[in-house]
Amino acid sequence: MGELSRPTLEVVDLKIRFGGILALDEVSLRIDPGEVVAIIGPNGAGKTTLFNAVCGFVRPDSGRINYRGEPLLGTAPHRLARLGIARTLQGLGLWPGLTVQENVVAGSRVRPGLLPSLLALPSSDRIEAELASKAHEILDRLGIAGHTRAYPGTLPYGVQKRVIIARALMAEPSLLLLDEPVSGLSAQDIDELAALIKQLRARMCVAVVEHHLDFVMAISDRVIVLNLGRVIASGTPKEIRDDPQVATAYLGEDVKSPEASSDA
Amino acid sequence: MVAVQSRLDRLVRPTFGRHLLFALGAAVVLLLLSSQIGAYDDYNLTAVAIFAVAAAGLNLLTGLNGQLSLGHGALMAIGAYTASLLLKDHHQFPVIVVLLAAVLSTGVIGIGFGYAAARLRGPYLAGATLTLAVAIPQVATRYKSIFGGESGLTVAPSSPPDWLGADFPPERWLAWIAFAAAIVTMVLLANLLRGAPGRAFKAVRDNEAAAALAGINVARTQVLAFVVSAACAGLAGALLAYWTGVTAPAGFTLALSLQLITAIVIGGLGSLAGAVWGSLVLVFVPLLTSGMASRLSLPSSVADNLPLAIYGCILVIAMLVAPHGIQGALRRILAYGRARWGNTPGGGQKGVVDWDDPAPDT
Repeated sequence: MGELSRPTLEVVDLKIRFGGILALDEVSLRIDPGEVVAIIGPNGAGKTTLFNAVCGFVRPDSGRINYRGEPLLGTAPHRLARLGIARTLQGLGLWPGLTVQENVVAGSRVRPGLLPSLLALPSSDRIEAELASKAHEILDRLGIAGHTRAYPGTLPYGVQKRVIIARALMAEPSLLLLDEPVSGLSAQDIDELAALIKQLRARMCVAVVEHHLDFVMAISDRVIVLNLGRVIASGTPKEIRDDPQVATAYLGEDVKSPEASSDA
Repeated sequence: MVAVQSRLDRLVRPTFGRHLLFALGAAVVLLLLSSQIGAYDDYNLTAVAIFAVAAAGLNLLTGLNGQLSLGHGALMAIGAYTASLLLKDHHQFPVIVVLLAAVLSTGVIGIGFGYAAARLRGPYLAGATLTLAVAIPQVATRYKSIFGGESGLTVAPSSPPDWLGADFPPERWLAWIAFAAAIVTMVLLANLLRGAPGRAFKAVRDNEAAAALAGINVARTQVLAFVVSAACAGLAGALLAYWTGVTAPAGFTLALSLQLITAIVIGGLGSLAGAVWGSLVLVFVPLLTSGMASRLSLPSSVADNLPLAIYGCILVIAMLVAPHGIQGALRRILAYGRARWGNTPGGGQKGVVDWDDPAPDT
């Protein structure tokens, strides 16, 4: 198989059990280079568990996860960044004791070594300066360069969410996993984030777990729907919008949509 | 205004240059100060420097990396016994060799404890380090032939070199050694905290999952913090051995560990300057209170306990007035001054100063 047709992320028959609950049940999916894929589903569908399995926070009971054709399972979470996988956490995940700039710089894969830092060698100063200017560039692109020296806790929620994305971008990932990036954001912020993700797709694949359906429909090439640990649908945003099974999963089985009831 | 700012910036931009400049300034001030004061004050300032080294190390671990250690007194004991064993039977090693040996031995032992500590959180870590504080002095008591039991080991003092003159006070010489050790420690720690390791320490403290996702090896970072912190404690322990002239289990009880924690909380968690403020409080406030008590000509049952009571009251009041420590209070005053009269350009909105708002390079 050629380099291009190899999926960036491939999940095969993934099964994860928490006690008596089957969180993921034979989930298979793939994300190809340059794709933006959204993973949606009601609460408890297993979306975040899927991300956690990819990131090595949760050990699956069975199944495989391959990243660019190499098995990923068993890789420690801190090694993912070096492989090119970046992930944001649900809610916030900023470090309140670091400034915005430090938060973003710490996301970099490149950092001065221990000894150069301990002795404050010129090499460590040089790398630090490069990282600082790169962080500033990213923050500038996200429109929040004015906040570099502030501590996250003093900033509005929308700005904090952007800082999280800036930190993930600092690692120059080839696979970006975003866990509920727009929850709590204003309509304008959501539009801007959607525009940003459309720009990013030239350089990386993006997988988004999100509840905000308009956002999902706007950004994704493909949408995967999880319900109770199973993939119940997968397709283009339009196909998913028209899928009656998806509506049922979201609205509950007892509630029938007007078309469905008139059909019956 | 902008041009001046940028020129100033260029002068102090190299981290090493800036920290070295600060170190030289501190060295000059301390040298002048120690030559002006008497032997007794030199002796007390030495204690401040020793505590500052240990407290700075503990502050890195507890304030910046979020690992609470009740065992730093025991780590100081390891450093002190390393020094004392080297200096036993009138062996003469150069001071620098003794100090480095103490740093090394405590650092190596710190690796072991660091690995254990990296698996423990909060109260469990406190409990585990507490056993360290209790057990280590017992080892010294148990193996009498090596460690001298309860009476401990006597330490040959380091005599001032000849070029300082025959009547150079040994107290001042020891003070110089302690100042030098403290300054070198502070510079190295400031370098660490300023750069990537400092960011990693705080990132791990604030959110471990996010730190791991940013490529930071959480366990390794915690072990590193423990080792650096232990090495500082070891250095302080070796200096303490010179200072007291005898290393015995009674000098390294749990109270010593608690004193160090008091120092960093009073001084300001997470900042190196805080460790210095805390050490000043630790040494001089008890001296002050016993001075006050002895002047009142009270019956001995009261006079003996009054200093401790006043000391306690001062600590309580200090925490009420400055809950973020002395360094936190200073920073707040500074921020207030800047907001009131000063030059905060737009966008430089400084957050509310809280306890984990560390000074990156002080």
